[in-house]
Amino acid sequence: MTLNLFYFLSFFGVICALLVVFSRNAVHSVLYLILTFFAIAGHYILLNAQFLAAVHVIVYAGAIMVLFLYVIMLLNLNQEAEPHKSTVLKFAAAISAGLLLTVFVGSLKGTELMAQQQGPATNVGLVKSLGRLLFTEYLLPFEISSVLLLAAMVGAVMLGKSEQNTDTR
Amino acid sequence: MKTPQGIPLEYYLWLSAALFTIGVLGVLYRRNAIIIFMCIELMLNAVNLLLVAFSNYYNDASGQVFVFFIMAVAAAEVAVGLAILIMMYRNTKTTDINTLDRLKW
Repeated sequence: MTLNLFYFLSFFGVICALLVVFSRNAVHSVLYLILTFFAIAGHYILLNAQFLAAVHVIVYAGAIMVLFLYVIMLLNLNQEAEPHKSTVLKFAAAISAGLLLTVFVGSLKGTELMAQQQGPATNVGLVKSLGRLLFTEYLLPFEISSVLLLAAMVGAVMLGKSEQNTDTR
Repeated sequence: MKTPQGIPLEYYLWLSAALFTIGVLGVLYRRNAIIIFMCIELMLNAVNLLLVAFSNYYNDASGQVFVFFIMAVAAAEVAVGLAILIMMYRNTKTTDINTLDRLKW
């Protein structure tokens, strides 16, 4: 049952990821990427990481992809304006990616996992345990990430501001 | 070598490798800067999935905390990156990365 669910989510995710790359329309790409993210959120739930699944759906499907859709709408991209590479470059890209996959398969196939004993089954993925870890052991990185988000916000506003406004200031 | 849910850990390795490769393929294959950006997100998520799988396998919550931080950094990266993209569009009126080749020799 769990294994079947894993297969379903994996194939769904991989096919949607391929469609992200190969669909002509940028809006379709975004929609397929959202489906991929939902498949990955399903994997998180399968891996007993409920908190991360919720955060993943909220942050990626809810915030980041909306931002992408918004930018595509703002730039008014349509199919005619879509640039395409030449066939030779596309072949080169596909071959390079295939070689990378070969390297991954070759390097991962023979590896043995580190024989570390599994600890007792605890609910590490729940909000309670993750929150406790986040606010004790990882408190400093947590606070620094808030500064990072503030800096990103200021940077995005500075970059997105139109040129005329800076002149009249 | 199975996760507590009964799925072999290798399967997650293969899935993550496949997703990461698809991300790399997208970056190499497309010329639209927005799609390339989306493929970078896909690569980040492949790594996240593997981190969660190993964290679940070893019953160690640190991996999931790392994923949480990666998500925060990805959100910041997307905000700044899309702002840069809009600025690029304002200057060149296109999102084609081949117009930005001045660093090429």
